[in-house]
Amino acid sequence: MAINEETVRQVAKLAKLEIEEESVHAFTKEMDSIIEMVEQLEGLDTEGIEGTYHGLQQHNVWREDKAEKGTDREELFKNVKTRKDGFIEVPEMFENGGSEA
Amino acid sequence: MNLEPVIGLEVHVELKTESKMFSPSPAHFGAEPNTNTNVIDWGHPGVLPVVNKTAIEFGMKAALALNCKIASHTKFDRKNYFYPDNPKAYQISQFDQPIGYDGYIDIEVNGQTKRIRIERVHLEEDAGKNMHGEHGSSYVDLNRQGTPLIEIVSEADIRSPEEAQAYLDTIKQLIQFTKVSDVKMQEGSMRCDANISLRPFGQEAFGTKAEIKNLNSFSYVKKGLEYEISRQEKVLNAGGALQQETRRYDEATGNTILMRTKEGSSDYRYFPEPDIPNLVISDEWISDVKASLPQMPKERVARYVDAYKLPEYDAVVLTATVEMSDFFEETVRHEADPKQASNWLMGEVSAYLNSEQVELHDTAMTPKALAEMINLIADGTISSKIAKKVFRELVENGSDDVKALVEDKGWVQLSDPSKLLPIISDTLDKNEQSIEDYKNGKDRAMGFLVGQVMKQTRGQANPGMVNKLLKEELDKR
Repeated sequence: MAINEETVRQVAKLAKLEIEEESVHAFTKEMDSIIEMVEQLEGLDTEGIEGTYHGLQQHNVWREDKAEKGTDREELFKNVKTRKDGFIEVPEMFENGGSEA
Repeated sequence: MNLEPVIGLEVHVELKTESKMFSPSPAHFGAEPNTNTNVIDWGHPGVLPVVNKTAIEFGMKAALALNCKIASHTKFDRKNYFYPDNPKAYQISQFDQPIGYDGYIDIEVNGQTKRIRIERVHLEEDAGKNMHGEHGSSYVDLNRQGTPLIEIVSEADIRSPEEAQAYLDTIKQLIQFTKVSDVKMQEGSMRCDANISLRPFGQEAFGTKAEIKNLNSFSYVKKGLEYEISRQEKVLNAGGALQQETRRYDEATGNTILMRTKEGSSDYRYFPEPDIPNLVISDEWISDVKASLPQMPKERVARYVDAYKLPEYDAVVLTATVEMSDFFEETVRHEADPKQASNWLMGEVSAYLNSEQVELHDTAMTPKALAEMINLIADGTISSKIAKKVFRELVENGSDDVKALVEDKGWVQLSDPSKLLPIISDTLDKNEQSIEDYKNGKDRAMGFLVGQVMKQTRGQANPGMVNKLLKEELDKR
């Protein structure tokens, strides 16, 4: 078993998903079978083959640095529950002291 | 126990592009909240981020200025985290293939040069801004979301808060010369986090580190590190053990406050960004970008000493900022004597900028105007005393033609003997005692008489000419 119930709870927590305690077992079996399937790849000889980081063989897809007006705020705010003076109002966030950037 | 601090710094620098890293919304500061964002910044379903080519080039420029190697193959990755300053719930960053790596900068502390290695420079996007309000709410402005950033990660080569400051000063200076960022800590276009641990002198292995966030000014970096050194020292000297943790610098008290321990630390689950194809950077592109870089401060200092015969001190002061350095070069290009240009910029100009708390571009003075003024002093058209008035006029109102300006204002120095002689004769007539004193060898009498003539001309007489004429007239009497 590559996946145990603890891993499932941890993954759910990281993804901010609430899962019922009785479904943990089923998820564990499901995720384990997925990992098992992917693990078959380890049987292949990949000696001397470079890693693949992207499904596309394209590279250097970019745009020139030209600014365009932002999306209308009212449009964007259709998905905003609470607002104030043009700001998005959210429950107070202090814990990590701000941005991860 | 005698303990040695081991410090590594992570510096974020905002790149000054027109549009954002992965979307065309404007990357400008100061707009109405949430107006410079679009559906890509918000991570709406089905949108496609596309790389800003200029941001890549700016990142290369910064990395090259920090003596980094540029990766021939590089890519973007997703760093997953939940925070309201980023509605996508991930930041597009670079994980294992940063655009720049293996760099270094040389810093100077107490007259000693020390090399600090740079592990990596990578590209990423900034997050929005949270404002903490009252009544249990925070307010989010996503205008900054998606602004291009570079993160510069040093090796743990820094050994004191002073070295940390010198490192930041040098990073700021070098990046500023590349012109890819404003690098202003007070405006948030340069930000710093620090990793710090202590170990007994002579020990190879690192101690347990703490990461300090929110070091948002040069003095906070120094104060925060000093506090942290004393905190860790106390624990270790009392025989205690430190835990790996993230702490926040508190501006009000100068202390660092625990935010989270390692157990609570995030697992970012990096994975390659599927929306953005990899980048391949050719040697040719790297040499083109290298060639487009302005000359760096070290080379400029050497050139000023060599070509302009400036003292090294002047050259170092003039190259502290790219703006001053460019202004100096432009002034010299307009045929000002380099040493005179240097004297004005280091003296009167710097004093003005300091007292008014402004920068060169905030003043109305152009390099051409400064050069014209310097040349008017050199050819005797204006006195150096009057030049101070001219200078004031130039910084406040500017001028396209300084010669016309001084003529217009009646500031031209009086050097014509036919105009000066009557005033001199008149002064001598009124001060017979001084003539006698002069004849008796009292030097002060001469000074007094010159002063009287200057007074009569309201400071406009050419003092050299007055001296010469006065001597001739005195000898005739």
